[in-house]
Amino acid sequence: MLATNAAGSAAVNGAGNPTASGQPGSPANGSAASAVALVEHGHVQEFLTFTLGDEEYAIDILKVQEIRGYDVVTTIANTPEFIKGVINLRGVIVPIVDMRIKFSLGSAEYNQFTVVIILNVAGRVVGIVVDSVSDVISLTADQIKEAPMLSGVSNTNHINGIGTVDERMLILLDIERLMMSPDIGLLDEQRLQ
Amino acid sequence: MAIDMSQFYQVFFEETEEHLANMEQLLLETDPDDFDNEQMNAIFRSAHSIKGSAGTFGFQDLAQVTHELETMLDLVRKGELDLTSEMVDASLEAGDLLKMMLDAHRGGPAAATEDIEFICRHLRELSGAQAPVKEESEPVASQAEEAIATAETSEAVEQNVFVASFKLDARAVVNPAVIENMLEDLREMGLVEIITKPAGELVEGVWTLKITTAYADSSLTEIIEYVAEHGSLKFEHEGAVQVSAADGSFGLFNEGHEVGSTVAAAEAVVEEDDSFGLFEPVEAPATVEATPAPAAHVVAEDDSFGFFEPLPPVVESNDQELAVAEASPAAVTPVARATASKEDRAAKPASNDAGSIRVGVEKVDQMINLVGELVITQAMIAQSASTLDPVIYERLMNGIAQLERNTRDLQESVMSIRMMPISVTFSRFPRVVRDLSRKLGKQVRLVMSGESTELDKGLIERIADPLTHLVRNSLDHGIEMPEKRLAAGKPEEGTITLKASHQSGNIVIEVGDDGGGLNRDRILSKARERGLPVSDNMTDSEVWNLIFEAGFSTADQITEVSGRGVGMDVVRKNITAMGGKVEIDSVYGVGTRITVRLPLTLAILDGMSIRVGHETYIVPLNYVVESLQPAPGQVRTISGAGKVIMVRGDFLPVVPLHEVFNCHGAETDYERGIMVVMESDGAKSALFVDELLGQYQVVIKSLEANYRRVPGISGATIMGDGKVALILDVASLMNVSKLMAEEAA
Repeated sequence: MLATNAAGSAAVNGAGNPTASGQPGSPANGSAASAVALVEHGHVQEFLTFTLGDEEYAIDILKVQEIRGYDVVTTIANTPEFIKGVINLRGVIVPIVDMRIKFSLGSAEYNQFTVVIILNVAGRVVGIVVDSVSDVISLTADQIKEAPMLSGVSNTNHINGIGTVDERMLILLDIERLMMSPDIGLLDEQRLQ
Repeated sequence: MAIDMSQFYQVFFEETEEHLANMEQLLLETDPDDFDNEQMNAIFRSAHSIKGSAGTFGFQDLAQVTHELETMLDLVRKGELDLTSEMVDASLEAGDLLKMMLDAHRGGPAAATEDIEFICRHLRELSGAQAPVKEESEPVASQAEEAIATAETSEAVEQNVFVASFKLDARAVVNPAVIENMLEDLREMGLVEIITKPAGELVEGVWTLKITTAYADSSLTEIIEYVAEHGSLKFEHEGAVQVSAADGSFGLFNEGHEVGSTVAAAEAVVEEDDSFGLFEPVEAPATVEATPAPAAHVVAEDDSFGFFEPLPPVVESNDQELAVAEASPAAVTPVARATASKEDRAAKPASNDAGSIRVGVEKVDQMINLVGELVITQAMIAQSASTLDPVIYERLMNGIAQLERNTRDLQESVMSIRMMPISVTFSRFPRVVRDLSRKLGKQVRLVMSGESTELDKGLIERIADPLTHLVRNSLDHGIEMPEKRLAAGKPEEGTITLKASHQSGNIVIEVGDDGGGLNRDRILSKARERGLPVSDNMTDSEVWNLIFEAGFSTADQITEVSGRGVGMDVVRKNITAMGGKVEIDSVYGVGTRITVRLPLTLAILDGMSIRVGHETYIVPLNYVVESLQPAPGQVRTISGAGKVIMVRGDFLPVVPLHEVFNCHGAETDYERGIMVVMESDGAKSALFVDELLGQYQVVIKSLEANYRRVPGISGATIMGDGKVALILDVASLMNVSKLMAEEAA
């Protein structure tokens, strides 16, 4: 219930965000191709932001089905640690991925404040556990910068770019690509091809 | 065309399939020496419906084959050809071909062109057995061409003039549109003149129509019958009119109006005996002389006007007048027949068109899911309310009790939507038995009972192949040749029985035969040859189960039908995959009975819930043989690693579930847990668990829809408390035990 409230207020925040409306996007020269594709010039796209440890992430709001509290999961044998198991979401069996464990961020504690974002990606329903959901924000193309090449980070494929809102830095995740990637292992091997 | 026809294809496919199935069934019931007209009419109607809709949807190939079939059937129906068993065979073959073509349109492999041609030719030959074939009439036609200078190709069409008088029935009286529709239909067939009609706005009263048409009287009466008051129709043949029409406009569907108008115009010419110049060269008498007119009834009765290719014009030169003359007395019979047929149909209980709608399976499944949810929600409410004081919350308690009843009823009725009678599957067997017994030269009678037993649609589709295999086996291996049967003092004709019934939440299907039975010694010796572990003191049922081994066959020869030893193992595998069981009873020399037990539905499973550590799992009950608490020393190790348990002299491999699934906090002391003995594919093993929790009916949910296949897990379900429990995949777990044993060895 608490989680739902959080989502509700987040939505209100997003709607009231003044940065969003009507800013004609000038061509953002520095933008990465993916980021440009993500937000067309002059168009505003909405993102759901959440935190993992000290980092703030943003995902396409259209991929989000709902936000709910963390409930008891049924563990599945012989799976990686970040796959917590499956839950019953109104009759649908939904796997739960703990992003904190996957990204080694924050401490994987489960209490009444733990939030699960239910995603709808590639025709599948998947839940991810995050530290907290912040708000819904709108970004224009010029607010999105190309993701820097980082040494030491093995795979940044699933990062679309960096969004900036005031002083906040948001890591824009391509959540669909991340969830369907082999290292998450939500798909059968043969279905990856 | 403005309308996208493809959206209706699915409906067309389904309907055509139904028509084909219906036609096949009727054909199988047909005895060439003794068939009734209604049967023939029904077959014809099926073929006709297929042709009509195939043409509409643009499946010309289907329409073409049906057209040939229909032509032949029509001649039979009219009593102009005697039905032979060859014709029945040809019709069945055509039915098969149509099925193939239908599949081809749905993305299946295409039917071979030569097959199509062969069957079309065959049908043509059969229908041409009495009526001379095409070639003969062609020279005549060309003579006609010469005779008629202006018309490029011209064919004389004989038009019959009918006078019909009738009263409208009560239904038509209240709905004037009905009569308009009827008139419209008639106008499509020819020229309709209203001689008398009730005065003013009223439609009640006597109608008299004069119809000039190339169609047969029976097709007219059919149309009129529909609106006429019962028994009020008087139908008279007034004579024939010869008209000629340009051939070019024949044979094309969308030019139908043109045909009508041309015919009408031509008729007018003849009637008024006044040429407008238009048809000047067309002189009726000349036409009659020049072309021994193609018999009216042949052209006429094909109400699509030779849709796809010009009909082989059938010439019955001398019988021409005779045929026409015969038309009037004949006019009375069809009416009577049509009326009788309607009553017949109403009386038939088997017809399944008691008002139904077609709904996509996914919609039904979604409904089943939702109701499943409702049941769980209801259970949760009941559980939370159970702590309340029933005295204070009496009304709430009553409400909850009522909710429970309603939910259960709702669940039952929703589940029943997916249920279909097994006759859907059974209906294919008369054909299988007929074809196969002929091929093998055996005489076999098929007795079916319990066709109305219902089971899940998903199961119906999947049970068809295993059952076909069992029936073929019975026919090939079970039933002996007639001479051998007589020598054994049995009736010459063998009997195969197919029986379906419900037994305690299962459906039981029996395939029995009164044939030779299984030969115990032969099976044992074959098994020894193949190096299977057998002994002479095995029980009969253990011996019979050997025939389920892959590659096992006792047939002396490998035939087209069977004997390769692939089959029974596949049958058992398929049936087990559906959660069912196969049993064999056989007495040597007397017969064999194979019993298949299936759960009523795929969506629900009888399961035993077990606990390992903190986790709950479901074991499908049909795999469970027994469960026991191991006594000290009953569990032994092999090579220090693999474990076995001795149960009544058998050593069964132990599958410690907590090791397979790495469960924490689970019982590791074998003497304090429970062994669940499971059987799959004839092999047994013991699953070691902490505790048995209970037995439930669970709704099976897919784990793969949103996740992936998990080794050892076949699916998931939602328990009464809303939590997810995983369903064990017993067959793969037993392989795990095999692997563990092999590693240990």
